[in-house]
Amino acid sequence: MSSVAPLGVPRERPLRRRDRSLAPVTEFAIEALIRVLGFSTMGFVILIFLFLLREGIPVFFEVPLHGLFSTLWYPTFKLFGTLPLILGSVLVTIASIVIALPLGVATAVFVREVAPSWAREILKPVIEVLAGIPSVVLGFFGMTYVAPLVRELLGAPTGLTAFSGALLLAYMALPTIISVAEDALDSVPRSYRDAGLAMGATQWQTIWRVVVPAGRSGILTAVMLGMGRAIGETMAVMMVTGNAAVMPTTLAFLFKPVRTMTATIAAEMGEVARGSTHYHALFGIGIILFVLTFLINLAAAKAIFEKKRRGGLR
Amino acid sequence: MWLAVILLAGCAVSGTVGSGASAKAGPAAITLQNTGSDTLVNLALAWAEKYMELHPDIRISVTGGGSGTGIAALINRTIQIANASREMSAEEIAAAKENGVTPVRFTVALDAIAVVENPRNPVAGLTISQVSDIYTGKLKRWDQAGGADRPVVLLSRESNSGTYVYFLEQVVRQGNPNGPELFSPETLLMSSSEGITSEVRQNPNAIGYDGLGYVTADMKKVAIARKAGAPFVLPSAKSVRDGSYPISRPLFMYTSGEPDGKIKAYLDWVLHDGQEQVKELGFVPLPGSGK
Repeated sequence: MSSVAPLGVPRERPLRRRDRSLAPVTEFAIEALIRVLGFSTMGFVILIFLFLLREGIPVFFEVPLHGLFSTLWYPTFKLFGTLPLILGSVLVTIASIVIALPLGVATAVFVREVAPSWAREILKPVIEVLAGIPSVVLGFFGMTYVAPLVRELLGAPTGLTAFSGALLLAYMALPTIISVAEDALDSVPRSYRDAGLAMGATQWQTIWRVVVPAGRSGILTAVMLGMGRAIGETMAVMMVTGNAAVMPTTLAFLFKPVRTMTATIAAEMGEVARGSTHYHALFGIGIILFVLTFLINLAAAKAIFEKKRRGGLR
Repeated sequence: MWLAVILLAGCAVSGTVGSGASAKAGPAAITLQNTGSDTLVNLALAWAEKYMELHPDIRISVTGGGSGTGIAALINRTIQIANASREMSAEEIAAAKENGVTPVRFTVALDAIAVVENPRNPVAGLTISQVSDIYTGKLKRWDQAGGADRPVVLLSRESNSGTYVYFLEQVVRQGNPNGPELFSPETLLMSSSEGITSEVRQNPNAIGYDGLGYVTADMKKVAIARKAGAPFVLPSAKSVRDGSYPISRPLFMYTSGEPDGKIKAYLDWVLHDGQEQVKELGFVPLPGSGK
């Protein structure tokens, strides 16, 4: 700003001089601040994990392991079988990715490869706005519109099903998948496309046989990140999946109510007695969730890392 | 997102701790200990908060733990008021007398649970044992209970609500609190009254239950009969007050001897102005309270 201001302004010169004399100090202070903030983020993650462990570990001593991985979740009657909850989360998450992956990749391909630049300028911010819709709003929308629609179209007894949850989660994972997949396509060198077209391939063939396969590790990362988003989502899932702790053993359970880990924690944490077995069990679920999310993110990071190490495409 | 969940959970926990500490009154305050029924605990808390607002010189600390816990504490003279969702047993009264405590009972509110369904559902009345069979998963289709050829979708409150436990004991287990029946695992557990309302409103297969005060006009209340052959009674403030509606019960506060001073003032307030909170929390106010 100061360089734009006219030279005759009285306060201009003293300000500048002070700026120059203080520059090393401010720079040091800002650097220190950024460093503290950066490290504190890591510190917070570690502290949260330790807290989770402290509150959750006792359940592994209070409930025998075969009880913890049994099929009945009736916390009021001291039955803490987490298996229906884990499978419920896995079912909803995988279903949501199966829905979101083709949509996401197709959108990314359209935005990156097909759409004219003016359309791209409109689409990209719109997709980013999708990510900003609060999940409780989506959940309410799901409860009042998606669930009845699912019930009527599929003839299911109730619309509060794993499928309704997967639809909402797919919608929520889409922005992540689209942006990351688009970056992956963006990093495919222009020469690949030129080579494809030069060999007589149509635009469609070039996209489908050359560009998308070349960006597949990035697309895999997109899927992993979308999955991480989906498995941890709580509010919308709690509102539309029906929360019945059944064992989803067959694919038919996709169209029946299920109960996820996140919904269980959110629904029951509010009124649980602090320090009780139930309380520790909820944190135990938190640990399982943490480990699952960690593994998914690790897989995503590994995909990125391998891509960089091969050094091919970037 | 999991991060946010855990942070939120952490906040919720620290939040309760914080509010407990901030409720401390001045040194001159009189403290009333009020312990007992988990069904009553939220109502008792609402009363205590409102009353402390009106009378800053009095401090009422409310804890749950169950009716038995509250009554035992009253017998042991560690509290002044016990909350109970059942009457004291003969043994408990004898033990109290032995300890020099004469328990005095006050009915402070009425609790009724309405069974609700979609207005398009033709089923008008069910017996307690039919409702039990529906919720344990024995009756899976409405035509087995005189309705249309449709599957039944079970809705329940979350397992930590007092309504859940009462419904389980009085209806699913048909009055035997330690019976073997459990809610079917296929029961949809809704975390809020709104969840039940919204599903019952638009799904003709659904059956749900909730405190009478939470039932809105766009849901159909089911008339309940104690047993086959008995009359079907719709839940209403009137049928709850005259005792003809089966899924209802009075809620009590017990004091040690006839209360006087601050305790009497508090109970008088509960029985009159406090009935406003009774209505707000979905219970049925006492007859003659005008609320």
